[in-house]
Amino acid sequence: MTPWETVVGLEVHVQLGTRSKMFCGCSTAFGNPPNSNVCPVCLGLPGALPVPNAHAIRLAARAALALGCSVHGRSVFARKNYFYPDLPKGYQISQFDQPLATGGAVAFESPERGRMTVGITRLHVEEDAGKLLHDRFPGKTAVDLNRAGVPLAEIVSEPDMRSPAEAKAYLTTLRQLLVYVGASECSMEKGSLRVDANISVRRPGETKLGTKCEVKNLNSFANVERALHAERARQVGLLEAGGRVTQMTLLFNAGTGQVKPLRSKEESHDYRYFPDPDLPPLVLAPAWVKEQEHELPELPDAKRERLIASHGLAAYDAGVIASEQAIADYFEAVLQAGAEPKAAANWIINDAMTGYNESGEFRVPPVRLAELIRLVARNVVSQQAARKIFPELGNDDGSVQAVAERLELLQVSDTGALTDWVDEVLSAHPAEVARYRAGETKLIGFFVGQVMKRSQGKADPKGVQPVIVGRLG
Amino acid sequence: MTSVPIHAEVSRREPAGTVARELARRLQSAEPLNATLHWSQSALDAEAARIATLDPASPLYAMPLALKDNLVTTEEPTTCGSRILEGYVSPFTGTAVGRLRDAGALVACKANMDEFAMGSSTEHSAYGRVKHPLDPDRVPGGSSGGSAALVAAGVVPAALGSETGGSVRQPASFCGVVGVKPSYGRVSRYGLVAFGSSLDCISVFGRTVDDAARVLSVMSGLDPLDATTVDRPAMAVPSPLRDLRGLTVGLPTEYFPADLHPGVRAGLDRTIAAARELGAEIREVSLPYSRYAVPTYYIIAPAEAAANLARYDGVRYGPRRVGSEGDIRSLYRATRGAGFGAEVRRRILVGTYVLSAGYYDAYYRKAQAVRALIAQDFQRALGPGGVDLLLTPTTPTPAFKAGEKTEDPVAMYLADIFVCAISLAGLPAMSLPVGRDQGLPIGAQIIAPEFEEGRMLAAAGALERVLGAAEEVR
Repeated sequence: MTPWETVVGLEVHVQLGTRSKMFCGCSTAFGNPPNSNVCPVCLGLPGALPVPNAHAIRLAARAALALGCSVHGRSVFARKNYFYPDLPKGYQISQFDQPLATGGAVAFESPERGRMTVGITRLHVEEDAGKLLHDRFPGKTAVDLNRAGVPLAEIVSEPDMRSPAEAKAYLTTLRQLLVYVGASECSMEKGSLRVDANISVRRPGETKLGTKCEVKNLNSFANVERALHAERARQVGLLEAGGRVTQMTLLFNAGTGQVKPLRSKEESHDYRYFPDPDLPPLVLAPAWVKEQEHELPELPDAKRERLIASHGLAAYDAGVIASEQAIADYFEAVLQAGAEPKAAANWIINDAMTGYNESGEFRVPPVRLAELIRLVARNVVSQQAARKIFPELGNDDGSVQAVAERLELLQVSDTGALTDWVDEVLSAHPAEVARYRAGETKLIGFFVGQVMKRSQGKADPKGVQPVIVGRLG
Repeated sequence: MTSVPIHAEVSRREPAGTVARELARRLQSAEPLNATLHWSQSALDAEAARIATLDPASPLYAMPLALKDNLVTTEEPTTCGSRILEGYVSPFTGTAVGRLRDAGALVACKANMDEFAMGSSTEHSAYGRVKHPLDPDRVPGGSSGGSAALVAAGVVPAALGSETGGSVRQPASFCGVVGVKPSYGRVSRYGLVAFGSSLDCISVFGRTVDDAARVLSVMSGLDPLDATTVDRPAMAVPSPLRDLRGLTVGLPTEYFPADLHPGVRAGLDRTIAAARELGAEIREVSLPYSRYAVPTYYIIAPAEAAANLARYDGVRYGPRRVGSEGDIRSLYRATRGAGFGAEVRRRILVGTYVLSAGYYDAYYRKAQAVRALIAQDFQRALGPGGVDLLLTPTTPTPAFKAGEKTEDPVAMYLADIFVCAISLAGLPAMSLPVGRDQGLPIGAQIIAPEFEEGRMLAAAGALERVLGAAEEVR
């Protein structure tokens, strides 16, 4: 047990899921040729002016409501001033002392402390900067402004986390919520979710926070965890050697796993925030905010509880089903088509999820999965055969029973056919037959298994056993 | 030079090609004023050809218009009178200019200006100072001095300037032409290169009140590209009033100091007498916070300017200087150091300072609070139970000599002492030529409540009719 307590707060930047940028009509599409999604506004050309994207505000408000924040009736866009080649106007339009939303909380399962909540200090809207490309032209840096002006929500947490693993668990839940309400795709590969982590250490029982350092621009949850471990070790090392932690900003090197100082507090920018005179205060009517709240989908926690309470699902299964809106929707559709909840959950978790994880969609229509579940329940096909039928249901338009017939996977309970398979199995395993006859009766299970295998799952397991017993008797 | 009036009604009857040829001749002969930065015969011919395709009944058909060089156009460079935008050609035209061209206006040229509209004499242009059309040793005022001089010299009947703190009214007064600043939000700023965004207004010079009103009317109205424009119907062109009966005109005591230039005082006395003659009730009012307008303005405008001018960094457009160290910081320093003139650098420094951590509350926040008080003064004076219009001198003196104030920035700033407060309050105001003192024009400023441009222009029309703008005032 480490004698140091770790305190972590996170600043998460997520790209809001709009088709156009925050202050102009340019596309937010990822992966286009450099500087193809640009216009006078996002290039910061003389005479161009920003106009806020209403949909971005809507998505940010929904995200804030999903995080339990109060969405303010009046918030103010501010200019954050600094020079950098990826920042076309020499300032970023953000929000400062009057953000869109404040005061929320996210509940999640901490790997160390169980169920807990992390406070959300604020959520504000801002525009992204462009990207510097250092590898395009030897000895030169190129600027790609496709990202410049892409809408972001910055979500700042309270310093409520106590370990790197807890930070990761919070991020996982936060991402789940944001994807759930359609606010963001939260794709780290496309850069639509980025994390800055603030961390300090102190002696357990100490109520004052230690001096914090910020590790910037972490681009995967695994790296957040690794970076926090590295920075915690650095700070503890300093303190245990009798030194002090000085406030600074660091960068994490994913290759070496080390953090390296970027700038000290003294070198930190004075951003000279002031209200952006190009943009009147953002005024949101209470009725509009209410409407956004009403339009929120059922959130994962509530959904999980409902799945347990009204469908009797196991907590784990309910958690998996509720983890994504699309999975939950699929589950509910399968139920709607008449399937029994536990069977539907098992099918989704064990079989349907593989395809979903690969392609992002459920290829088997819900009615067909429900039909398959019914055929198993009615012993028309065995569970084993059904798992072979399932992948075909996305391609074949015939009835589920017709697919089973075509694949010759209808369950066989006809004694004549079963006897043929039993005889083949018994003659193939004379040693086991001898041991059975010598009194090792638990081998019956082995024989049933072999018959199921030989029949390619078609044999009715309940009918097989009496036939085996009869032939060996 | 000879002043040949081409009133809009004249150009309306002329085929555009004739107007373009005549314009070229006038622009050529006005070259000694250094009032233009870009114009060409080919651009004029192209404009004439474009106008030939328009409906002759268009409201500004073939009306020549000069544009201050901080209004972006795709045909000519837009330099803002600065080296840092030397050769820059915009890929888009702004909303106001687009509306004017669609209404038939013929873009004659881009006019010289104080660099980035920072100045009150048009001596701070990187492309040389503009000369006063009546006295080459004097300044035309600024920052829209090029536009003012071109209208005063009779080259064009109207021109666009821009106001941040009086940059149209003050040169209009110096040059003896009409200069109208609309309410903030009345005209889209899309396409106006930003200086102080919360103050910037595209504004109009005209030889007559009616010309200015017609230009303003066409370019006013909501623009989805400028979030600060207001959702109101476009301003209608008012008919000039026959008299001023029923109107109460306020004279703010703070705008008539004891040491006011005697020529200016005489010009105002003459105007007040004319207003009274036309039936207006004249009443003294007080605007106590106006005395803080210049210092307040010189905090807010530079703060916004420092941010607005950050984009001129040599990375994407404009001339680039690599710098001695070869890194990006060095590029910024070299490009901006060489690209901006002294006055622009001064204001960037002031603006950066007043927004800095530890100084924000003492300067920027305080200035915003004072700005609100200044605006309240006007609301009280022009509100219920108050007066309908305010009348003041536009400037404390007639046009001053070139070089007179260039070494003393504060003296230069004080040339805007009567125009600044109105900009901070966002109100419509105009300068009307009311006579001359020793040959130099005197302007009277008329101020109206927000979005009451119509009332202001109608009253100005009545005064214009009775005041001989070329007459000596004493």
